[in-house]
Amino acid sequence: MNASDSDEDFYNERTALVPSENPTVPSYNLDSDPPSDLPPRRVQQAVARRAGPVAADGGGSSDQEVEPDDEELTLKYGAKHVIMLFVPVTLCMAVVVATIKSVSFYTEKTDQQLIYTPFTENTPSVGRRLLNSVLNTIIMISVIVVMTIFLVILYKYRCYKFIHGWLILSSLMLLFWFSFMYLGEVFKTYNVAVDYPTVGVIIWNFGAVGMICIHWKGPLQLQQAYLILISALMALVFIKYLPEWSAWVILGAISVYDLVAVLCPKGPLRMLVETAQERNEPIFPALIYSSAMVWTVGMASPTDALRSETDEAAEQRDREVEPESQPSRGFSEDDMDEDRGVKLGLGDFIFYSVLVGKAAATGGDWNTTLACFVAILIGLCLTLLLLAIFKKALPALPISIAFGLVFYFSTDFLVQPFMDNLAAHQYYI
Amino acid sequence: MTASVFFGCTFIAFGPAIALFLFTIAREPLRVIFLIAGAFFWLVSLLLSSLVWFISVQISNKDSAVQQKGLLIFGVVLSVLLQETFRFAYYKLLKKANEGLLTLSQEETMPISIRQLAYVSGLGFGFMSGAFSVVNILADSVGPGTVGIHGDSQHYFLSSAFMTMAIILLHMFWGVVFFDACEKQRWWAVAAVVVSHLIVSCLTFQNPEYVASLVPTYIILFLMGVWAFYSAGGSLRNLKLCLTCKDKDFLLANHRPR
Repeated sequence: MNASDSDEDFYNERTALVPSENPTVPSYNLDSDPPSDLPPRRVQQAVARRAGPVAADGGGSSDQEVEPDDEELTLKYGAKHVIMLFVPVTLCMAVVVATIKSVSFYTEKTDQQLIYTPFTENTPSVGRRLLNSVLNTIIMISVIVVMTIFLVILYKYRCYKFIHGWLILSSLMLLFWFSFMYLGEVFKTYNVAVDYPTVGVIIWNFGAVGMICIHWKGPLQLQQAYLILISALMALVFIKYLPEWSAWVILGAISVYDLVAVLCPKGPLRMLVETAQERNEPIFPALIYSSAMVWTVGMASPTDALRSETDEAAEQRDREVEPESQPSRGFSEDDMDEDRGVKLGLGDFIFYSVLVGKAAATGGDWNTTLACFVAILIGLCLTLLLLAIFKKALPALPISIAFGLVFYFSTDFLVQPFMDNLAAHQYYI
Repeated sequence: MTASVFFGCTFIAFGPAIALFLFTIAREPLRVIFLIAGAFFWLVSLLLSSLVWFISVQISNKDSAVQQKGLLIFGVVLSVLLQETFRFAYYKLLKKANEGLLTLSQEETMPISIRQLAYVSGLGFGFMSGAFSVVNILADSVGPGTVGIHGDSQHYFLSSAFMTMAIILLHMFWGVVFFDACEKQRWWAVAAVVVSHLIVSCLTFQNPEYVASLVPTYIILFLMGVWAFYSAGGSLRNLKLCLTCKDKDFLLANHRPR
């Protein structure tokens, strides 16, 4: 279950299923994406969900206790954390690109648009199209900002039931409805005839296990796999329903918003992360991808007693706090370096995949897709490097999306004609 | 133009490189990161050379085929020179980073040696170069079509695959030799690497005369391989020990009995 090679010695069932937290130490945070809600297109309901910010809790306390001798160790473990994020990001992008290239449904142009991007791009004049895409972006970003602030307010005032209900509803939508659509389109593409009872059984099992894994407890790798899949599904929805130019402008704008929301003192994401840290609670598992290996069974009871908790919080506490928190706490502190995983918000996965998916969708050129992929990975690497230096919550979108956008446009306009000409003559550089 | 062509050409082009990656790099996170960074540097060099080529094409006479071909050749030469420049830049960056880490850690050993970095960065360059050269061709080979229906060579896919394999391995060897030469301040070796890269690229101007371009390329590949082997510290004695499983250091490092 808990497949970490460094903690096989002390793996036990208890530690496998408990979410990790590191309340007392200043967080090794990598924040990305504001939790904004993405309304599902078809259902047009108010409930939507956007996987939220990246709270990367790297290895908290070890940062301050690292001595000069441990730099090499830190570098090795830092590299390990980078790879622990490279792999899921790569997998998500691979799923999106594979789907885009094979299932034509997600690249078919449709006149349907999300209600959040009401302005059409079907106008003949360039100026008008640009204006429409900017307006679409403004609307989309405002929706995201409003939803994020709403979420933060709910969190601050401890309306946990509401938040949980909201998250459960949106992941229900993703796990059942969108995956049903996806499965249908895949069957159509490969001309496979499947009967409804079989599909019903498949979707029911997929969805039910997903809900349990994401919102309650489950093996770590299964949880990670589900988070990757729902990010990919969400990215595919975006790729289908966002108009061309609006998508690019939205990507740019959301990176700027992410930067502002995480780094400004009054930014909603920063407040969310800080509030979560003050209360020694993990940010909702449905919004964060965690690669953490050993979980600290953290919350000691004295801090709990001080708080007046709602039922939800108490339930959460019971789930998280296993008996004998003290020994495990001391135990895990010895192995801080190995324990800490890194966390990345699902919104980051989604927007990286949207960028790469759009690169794969427009034009048949694989070079552009590859270039964007490498650019995003390097951006993520740089972000994690900054994380190691600054040791606080950081937005994961700006650098990667900036690199991705630069490389997309330059590869599409400059490199592609050059490489096409070279391939036509079979010249090699 | 079937699945067999696709898979065959893919494995010819990328087989050795993927094997190298899986067996020597995949388990070490630090090496993977430097591989991807190497790929990124190659990409940036390609970007710059494409930019220059694009600008030159825009200001030239687009109707003259001779001029366009001349510009393409100029683009190739410029791209090769830029790639080597960026290899040097990557070397400088890695040296600086290594020095910084060394002073910070006060340790005697670095987590990754400059030789490993040379190998990994060369392979990174190779992966990206190979991928950009051949992925579109492979994607086309899956679909329907007849190769060379207008009188062109029928061996387009196969020759592309072999050429790509040679280029990927050559980049790796060039990386090793280049970094070693920079370490020892042997500038003639650096120049030799640049010149051999230019020769290999210029040999492809003879395509579709594949014999004239592929055979010398493979000869250069073999020679560079031998040179890289010796500059990485190999010798006939080492090779013999390794092949007869008597190399104690290697066996100890892999916890195997002799």
